[in-house]
Amino acid sequence: MKKSFKIEDLCCANCAAKLERAIEKLDGVQKVSLNFIAEKLTIEAEDEKFDSIIKECIKLAKRIEPDCRIIL
Amino acid sequence: MKKRQKRDLLRIIIASLLLLTAFLLPSKGYIRLIIFLIPYIIVGYDVLISALRNILSGQMMDEQFLMTVATIGALILGEYGEAAAVMLFYQIGELFQGIAVGKSRKNIASLMNIRPDMARVLRDGNELELSPEDVSLGEIIVVKPGEKIPLDGIIIEGSTTLSVSALTGESMPKDAFCGEKAISGAVNLTGVIKVRVESEYENSTVSKILELVESASEKKAKLESFITRFARFYTPIVVCSALLLAIVPPLFVGGWAKWVERALVFLVVSCPCALVISVPLSFFGGIGGASRHGILIKGATHLEMMGKVRTVVFDKTGTLTKGSFSVSEIFAEDGDNDSLLALAARAEYASNHPIADSIKKGFCGEIKPPENAKELAGLGIEATIDGRSIFVGNERLMKKCGADPKRTQKIGTALHISEDEKYLGYIVISDEIKPEAADAVKLLKNLGIKKTVMLTGDKEEVASTVASELGISDFISELLPSDKVEAVENLLLSRDTLAFVGDGINDAPVLSRADIGIAMGALGSDAAIEAADIVLMDDNPKKIAMAIKIARKTMSIVKQNIVFAISVKVLVLLLGAIGYAGMWLAIFADVGVMVLAILNAMRAMK
Repeated sequence: MKKSFKIEDLCCANCAAKLERAIEKLDGVQKVSLNFIAEKLTIEAEDEKFDSIIKECIKLAKRIEPDCRIIL
Repeated sequence: MKKRQKRDLLRIIIASLLLLTAFLLPSKGYIRLIIFLIPYIIVGYDVLISALRNILSGQMMDEQFLMTVATIGALILGEYGEAAAVMLFYQIGELFQGIAVGKSRKNIASLMNIRPDMARVLRDGNELELSPEDVSLGEIIVVKPGEKIPLDGIIIEGSTTLSVSALTGESMPKDAFCGEKAISGAVNLTGVIKVRVESEYENSTVSKILELVESASEKKAKLESFITRFARFYTPIVVCSALLLAIVPPLFVGGWAKWVERALVFLVVSCPCALVISVPLSFFGGIGGASRHGILIKGATHLEMMGKVRTVVFDKTGTLTKGSFSVSEIFAEDGDNDSLLALAARAEYASNHPIADSIKKGFCGEIKPPENAKELAGLGIEATIDGRSIFVGNERLMKKCGADPKRTQKIGTALHISEDEKYLGYIVISDEIKPEAADAVKLLKNLGIKKTVMLTGDKEEVASTVASELGISDFISELLPSDKVEAVENLLLSRDTLAFVGDGINDAPVLSRADIGIAMGALGSDAAIEAADIVLMDDNPKKIAMAIKIARKTMSIVKQNIVFAISVKVLVLLLGAIGYAGMWLAIFADVGVMVLAILNAMRAMK
């Protein structure tokens, strides 16, 4: 399954790259792309793990970039 | 500016005034520390807080953390002014970055302002305003002047003028009549029309284009991946060198304070933000700017490739020519061209061969059916018209009925006409060369693209005339459609980056085989949008040169930024290590470089 989310208030492109790498390492994630300029997070992951992956993403975002918000 | 940015700006102004006062006031010792600490904290409290939070969650290489360490270090060394100034400039840089990025986001959003907001649907005799997603196939929508056409469809009532400038960059509006296609994203200018919906929203032209542009930056260019990888190693390396610089030299030569100060310079320069932000910003700007001209580039990697193109291969039909056949020459033995065309049109009355269609289209008037007509396979038609026995067909047919056909002047498919063995004349049908084609090739030459190749199924003499007329350097003629892939593969052997331009109809394999596949005239053609790397919405071949220009400009901006940012940073690091660069130069290398890189990146959009 592939889904895109809006992600707001990322502080800089480097932080975005960090978050992207962290999400990439999550179990079940096939492909992730975080576009800092378009404020768009696209995740491609296994269907059954998708919901838990999203939860993990929000947690990661909170830790790496406390200001940013993922809009579901 | 957003609310938060306005607040940050206010903080920056207050802090700068306080800092200026602090510099002017004569003071010493703790008093001096306090009057500098006030602006420091006003402007930097949020940085300090998030640094603390990051330490607690184990994020050590974060820019807030590095800035905090650098400024606190400066405070401990007694350089109060420098500490506050570094924090101030850091925040100015952050604010500027936020505004610049916000601005380019907005610019690009307005370039892509083709998303329809609503569709007015006729249901049970009532007009309902619905979201375009909620309209199903076959429903009737009403579009009033000034509104965007929300979904692709066929006009079933009314006629109007449509502007497709947001889609193709073409500013000339187009008349659209009943029975014609209406493409989503076009703006209805003059009349009220009713449209029967032919595709659901997610398959409509407008949502395909939006999807394509929005996901364009997912396909990262090589340079872009290089920079993110570089940034990953850059910060840890600089921070480690800072540590070494603070500890190792003093062990041998002493002077702790001096070396720690130099190490702090390193920390200020260690943020890779200038690079990391400016590279994708440039690509985004280039792709956005191109889309304003109706050039859709599917990814940053294709933009990178397009800048390197050395060979452009055209599939003749549909790119250099209009792809529709029409009458280009008529020669009647008795000089009466109109009656000859009328005769041919009547003979071809029942035929649905493409050539017959062009003849009938070329004759503007009512075509009466012949008394009798018979197709002679591979030869033409034998018809009885007004009691005369007329033959219309190729040279072989003329020979067969004993007529003596003349040689044609123009190049194309000749159709000879005879009455029994009496030769009456000929009609030439040819694919018209686009008026812009010669210019398009010239523009490519001006860009230094030496090799242009035309692929065609035409006979060699036809191909060579067309090629020399357009100034194309090479051609490959008498190709069957299936030979095109092989022809392109052979050309690829030379290792020059090769772009293939096709009309998007049945050349998908070639489009994907070439380094860059460009589909032309793609407005309304889903297949072309799928298969190509770059899509030209209208069918103007001059856009190829324009796309190459945009790609080259974007790439040169990206390279300038990378070289500039890395070299300034390395220079300041070197100067800092030997004690020639202080905090002031360091903050320029960080914030100043970032600001300049962003300003440069924003040029890509124009």
